Amino acid sequence: MTTNETNVQTQNSIQGTSSTGDRLRGILVRPEFVTVALLILAFVVGSLMSPYFLDAVFLFNYTSLYIEVGIMAIGMTFIIISGNIDLSVASILALVASAAGVVYFDLGVPMVMTIVIALTLGTLLGWLNGALVARLKLPALAVTLGTWALYRGAAQILVGDDSRPRLAWTREFMYPEWFTRIHRVYIPGTPIPVPFVIFLVLAIVLGIVLYKTTFGRWVYAIGTNEDAARYSGVPTHRVKMLIFALTGFLSGLAGLIMVSRLSVARYDHARGWELDVITAVVLGGTDIFGGRGSMFGTVVAFLLLIFLRTGMGVANVKAESQLAVIGSLLILAILVSNLTEKLRK
Amino acid sequence: MTSTTDTLHRQSSSSLAVQLSRFREIGIVAFLVIVIIVTVLLKPNFIQPINIRSILLWIPLLSVVAMGQMMVIITRGIDVSVGSILAFSGIVVGMIFRDFPEFNIYLGTLLGILLGAMLGAINGGLIAWLKVPPIITTLGTLSAYRGLVFIVSGGRQIDPNHVPTALIRWSQRGPFGIQWVPWVVIIAIVVALLTYAFLRFTKMGRNIYAIGGNPDAAKLRGISVESTTFVVYLITGGLAGLAGILYASRFGFVNPGETGVGFELTVIAAAIIGGTNIFGGSGTVLGVFLGCLLLGTISVALAVLGVASTWQLAVYGFVILLAVIVDGIIQRELQRATTGE
Repeated sequence: MTTNETNVQTQNSIQGTSSTGDRLRGILVRPEFVTVALLILAFVVGSLMSPYFLDAVFLFNYTSLYIEVGIMAIGMTFIIISGNIDLSVASILALVASAAGVVYFDLGVPMVMTIVIALTLGTLLGWLNGALVARLKLPALAVTLGTWALYRGAAQILVGDDSRPRLAWTREFMYPEWFTRIHRVYIPGTPIPVPFVIFLVLAIVLGIVLYKTTFGRWVYAIGTNEDAARYSGVPTHRVKMLIFALTGFLSGLAGLIMVSRLSVARYDHARGWELDVITAVVLGGTDIFGGRGSMFGTVVAFLLLIFLRTGMGVANVKAESQLAVIGSLLILAILVSNLTEKLRK
Repeated sequence: MTSTTDTLHRQSSSSLAVQLSRFREIGIVAFLVIVIIVTVLLKPNFIQPINIRSILLWIPLLSVVAMGQMMVIITRGIDVSVGSILAFSGIVVGMIFRDFPEFNIYLGTLLGILLGAMLGAINGGLIAWLKVPPIITTLGTLSAYRGLVFIVSGGRQIDPNHVPTALIRWSQRGPFGIQWVPWVVIIAIVVALLTYAFLRFTKMGRNIYAIGGNPDAAKLRGISVESTTFVVYLITGGLAGLAGILYASRFGFVNPGETGVGFELTVIAAAIIGGTNIFGGSGTVLGVFLGCLLLGTISVALAVLGVASTWQLAVYGFVILLAVIVDGIIQRELQRATTGE
């Protein structure tokens, strides 16, 4: 199979087939279709179950509780399309958050500098993943399993079971007021909170990078057939390091948003959230084996996850049962997409 | 010596690979010796029955599940749902012990294994026949089974006074009144020997290596990839179920939100440190058992050295990365040696 052929296939799966006769079938077999359908279903069921569900203010506020997952999922989309995986995203979030707390309180660095340091650290941690995967040709699953433990372990060494500000500290030890409670800052005149805007802007900008630039095409090419991509001149090493670094940066950003939201940095921030991130990406129709996927799908799937959580929340479904539903949903999404794949053939 | 080496012999007749897999086991032993020597130099009283006992007590839970995980990784798969399966088996059997205090503990253990195997069979079915990728299936069931644990238990913990004393004694006393080799360690050794025999002497066991080495070739040779894959996940589930009982024995409680959380990563770490090839196709029982021993020794050594427990996770991460990097380099050199010469 040449790269050209696979590129065409990839293009088709992203943009749908162009001939009008095939268009409907093309839309139906697109993996994201299932997610969009589920999103509408969740919306209808949710609004039937509770009148509060359709309240825009309520829904938008709910996105903030989960926004870090969405931001990390944007980077994870690149990584999974390239045929890799990153289990360490939530650990990067925790290490960056903890480091920011220590740098600000223990070293007394001004908050603006702290933010710069934190984002640089996140990028470096992601870059280290990428270097191990690309340069040493190690499987991403094994490398990021190691850094999953290493990064969160480092966060634990930094702040231990305490937090920044420390539990014992009085109220005067706080992050600057402009930094905290970002989720309570809205776009003037609308119920849209700032974190959601950050998420959306990142998704759109990086979505354009993924669809419209050579770099984006390289990511698909690597995920389809890495050897073929390398032989046709794609700088595979550099691309892989870049997408891991990008994901590290986004995870660091998510860490800062979480510290702002909760006004506290702890080593166990976002523990286990790597699963939610991967769920969002895969639910959005991105092929876990790489080569196929879309940013649009990730955004829709992320919204679906929020709607589901909100819907189940207002319907008084316990958090643990929500877990079971989301886990089953992940498997179901793949089953349906496998089925549509057969339909396509 | 082991099935890995046999398979490698048949496939590439590369004696280098044979030496390397042996070299890998020697590598773990060497690392183990270094950890022990460093600890003894710093704390001369490290080697004493109480510490040896803690190290030994560390192994069973881990090694029992790691045997299954090793087989899964050999077939190029992964099972991250083992922690949730462990909790499910522990909580259900624990509830039976709570509500029927006279319930036979051997029957309870058997039930735990069956419950685990049942959940493992669901994983296996989805992966083998419905072609859902292993990482997706088990990520999904990791959440789904954990949710099930909460639903079944109503979020209530199994308290120490509800775990039968006879079961707790498995972790306290050994055969013939030996104190520092408890029964749970004997169970772990038996499981390891059975796994060895399964991989070495049964057709299906050998097929597991063949599937991991080259799935297409395995299919052409008439091996049923589907049913073998299914059985591997079924066994892993059963072993995780057994580990649920061992957990109750070791810790004396089962908590729906705590038991087995994050356990999957320790298990995968033990398998990888033990030399199981992350690309599939090879792995040895001895190596994985030594990997578990190494993780247990590091954990106890850190405690004895007075290193805060907060360092443990980072040290684990470092050891995993080290093992992965060393394996990666060996793998590359091996490839260079076989193709370049």
